[in-house]
Amino acid sequence: MAEQFEPKITAFVCNWCTYAGADLTGTSRIKYQSNVRVLRVPCTGRIDYMMVLKALHKGADGIIVSGCHPNDCHYTSGNYHARRRWMVFKKMMEVMGVDMRRITFSWVSAAEGARWAQLVNEVTDQVRALGPYTAFRQVVGAGVE
Amino acid sequence: MSRIGVFTCHCGENIGATVDCAKVAEMCRAIPGVVHSVDYKYMCSDPGQRMMQEAIREHQLDGVVVAACSPRMHEPTFRRAVSGAGINPYMCEMANLREHCSWVHEKGEATTNKAADLIRVLVEKVKHNEPLHPIKVPVTRTAMVIGGGVGGIQVALDIANGGHKVVLVEKSPSIGGHMSQLSETFPTLDCSQCILTPRMVEAAQHPNITLMTYSEVEKVDGFIGNFKVTVRKKARKLDEKLCTGCGLCIQKCPNKKISDEFNEGLGTRTAIYVPFPQAVPNKPVIDMKNCTFYKTGKCKVCEKMCPTGAIRFEQEDELVTLDIGAIVLATGFKLMKTDAFPEYGYGKHKDIIDGMQFERLASASGPTSGVMKRPSDGKEPKTVVFIACSGSRDRAKGVPYCSKICCMYTAKHAMLYKHKVHSGKAYVFYMDIRAAGKDYDEFVRRAIEEDEVKYIRGRVSRIYEEDGKLIVMGADTLMGGEPVVIKADMVVLATAVQSNDRSEELAQTLHVSYDSYGFFAEAHPKLRPVETNTAGIFLAGACQAPRDIPETVAQASGAAAKVVGLFSNEELTREPIVAVVNRQAAPVYSTCTGCFLCQGACPYQAIEQEEIKARDGQILMTLARINPGLCQGCGTCVATCRTKAIDLQGFSNEQLYAELMTL
Repeated sequence: MAEQFEPKITAFVCNWCTYAGADLTGTSRIKYQSNVRVLRVPCTGRIDYMMVLKALHKGADGIIVSGCHPNDCHYTSGNYHARRRWMVFKKMMEVMGVDMRRITFSWVSAAEGARWAQLVNEVTDQVRALGPYTAFRQVVGAGVE
Repeated sequence: MSRIGVFTCHCGENIGATVDCAKVAEMCRAIPGVVHSVDYKYMCSDPGQRMMQEAIREHQLDGVVVAACSPRMHEPTFRRAVSGAGINPYMCEMANLREHCSWVHEKGEATTNKAADLIRVLVEKVKHNEPLHPIKVPVTRTAMVIGGGVGGIQVALDIANGGHKVVLVEKSPSIGGHMSQLSETFPTLDCSQCILTPRMVEAAQHPNITLMTYSEVEKVDGFIGNFKVTVRKKARKLDEKLCTGCGLCIQKCPNKKISDEFNEGLGTRTAIYVPFPQAVPNKPVIDMKNCTFYKTGKCKVCEKMCPTGAIRFEQEDELVTLDIGAIVLATGFKLMKTDAFPEYGYGKHKDIIDGMQFERLASASGPTSGVMKRPSDGKEPKTVVFIACSGSRDRAKGVPYCSKICCMYTAKHAMLYKHKVHSGKAYVFYMDIRAAGKDYDEFVRRAIEEDEVKYIRGRVSRIYEEDGKLIVMGADTLMGGEPVVIKADMVVLATAVQSNDRSEELAQTLHVSYDSYGFFAEAHPKLRPVETNTAGIFLAGACQAPRDIPETVAQASGAAAKVVGLFSNEELTREPIVAVVNRQAAPVYSTCTGCFLCQGACPYQAIEQEEIKARDGQILMTLARINPGLCQGCGTCVATCRTKAIDLQGFSNEQLYAELMTL
């Protein structure tokens, strides 16, 4: 039997809600799959979606972008900017033929430790079923940095 | 070439039991740029920190990654430690091996590999870190306390006695909060108003305290030490300076049948009213919804009666903007309404009341002057059933938590009832008796043993009316679930404590976190219980979780101590996590093209337009400039900038892309 494919998941999370929520998952000792690597930014508004593409290019098979729920942003409105950009980015990626099942946009608050574990597990399972994301890396080409 | 040290912490067993820390340390030695990598049992301990400092000196490290707990926990600790060894504190980063790895994954190779990966990400980041220096900002030494209950009053008095100005904002016409509604308090049975009203007066007369009653916080801008708070002063329809509080207007108001909020609907009031006789300030308000003048355009009896001409029908709400250095939230709680209980008749039976209504019935200042009369017919209830945990610890009601105060106040209520109606029978249905606190258990024992209150361990499934009696159907689980039927004259539900109305809205206005029940979240459940995650905003009392009076007052004094401590600084230092627009030599000046998309994205109005002028004064170009005093470091402008002219210190493009390259 072939060894189970273990996808690489990169998560872009804001410091105030989702990072704190993931801390709470830890404090509550809720277990989840270990495929995710978290990148902390102050706010989802800081996320330049070029970073998401860079992560896919560098070998990520799945992406999570998560911040504060609407209205709850520590910086008032950064999450709205993130969401607005996400809508445009998503459309553009669809046109380009990027498989959007690879990229999940979500909200996880600082109180939602269990939700973080659930989100990571859902994304990991979905991406595992999809297999390695070689298509994007082939299109972009190995020489592009 | 960077010289980076990696320090992997076992955190006792917390990390060490799941992650092979020695192996992680060894793996990290292979990362380019890492010249020193060790593991240690407790990195945050004194010997741990000393070991780190010695290593920094010995190996001439210029960057440090501490792989331990969450940076939200110990980043300040380790930044202080590395700066003690002579390197810039912002050259230290933390990899979160505990909350994000060892506590959430099973022991094994994958977990150890993840730990090493997490460190690798941060090592690459540190390589691109720049030494940063904290930003100094002035402090406005005026505090705002939101909520004028016992907690808010205590905070205000403590800060004011510490020599600082306080603005106490209360949404209702008087300060005093729920405590002013209580009859007696547990476990001493001293009169609530007797101990509270002197405090209310003291707060009103204190030279350092400004009361803003009948007012609500509308908008909060700025940051620790420098908040700008806009408060809506709702129109009392009264010139407070002229009003002497004589009360003639209240006596003569023809509209006397309005349900009284202070008496929880058990009494009536007039359209122009003060909530209760000891109200502070003792100045009436006109209830526009019920005032005959606002409904029909005629009446104005109060205006005619007022000896000082203080009534102002045309008065409008006023918005006041204040400079505030620190904010304390003390907005309290509300009780779940009895109509949330279909099994107890949806609050339709007049004689099924909640705990606060019982307080008003028992209070000497209440609608019955403290005489036990049931609401429906005014008769003395001979049998009263008290039901604890009405809604609390009940997932079906959305309140899985314990409301904490009900066990004690139910014992108090039963006791007060027995003191007033000696021949009466009092039954308490309970799940558990939670009486942890000084003299608390003794108090409950006293209710059971001296006052002969009958405690029945079990739930009540249904209450219905039959022949003028309330039939309470329960079970006694200590008798093997034996059904118990009691014919009662009155039933008191100890309904659940819930977060106050509009608390989520207020949290969003102040940018503080709240839990799924609407209670404000503390910065750390054990070590920072009175702080929020937003610097300069503190918590006191039941707005954070259900609390009794002693706890509220203790927490209020704790919050006040935090504020006074904050105000003892001449100026504050702020994290230098701010955005900067790059500047280059002439004739390029900057890659900023002056499109100012960033200005629209900035939530803090921190982006200014800067004109670059030639010697003859001609404007060459207009560039964005970020005011570091206003910038909070969210980085939204950075992602908005088309030409990548803006970068965020501490989370720069270089740093984040370097992190991504390790994946």
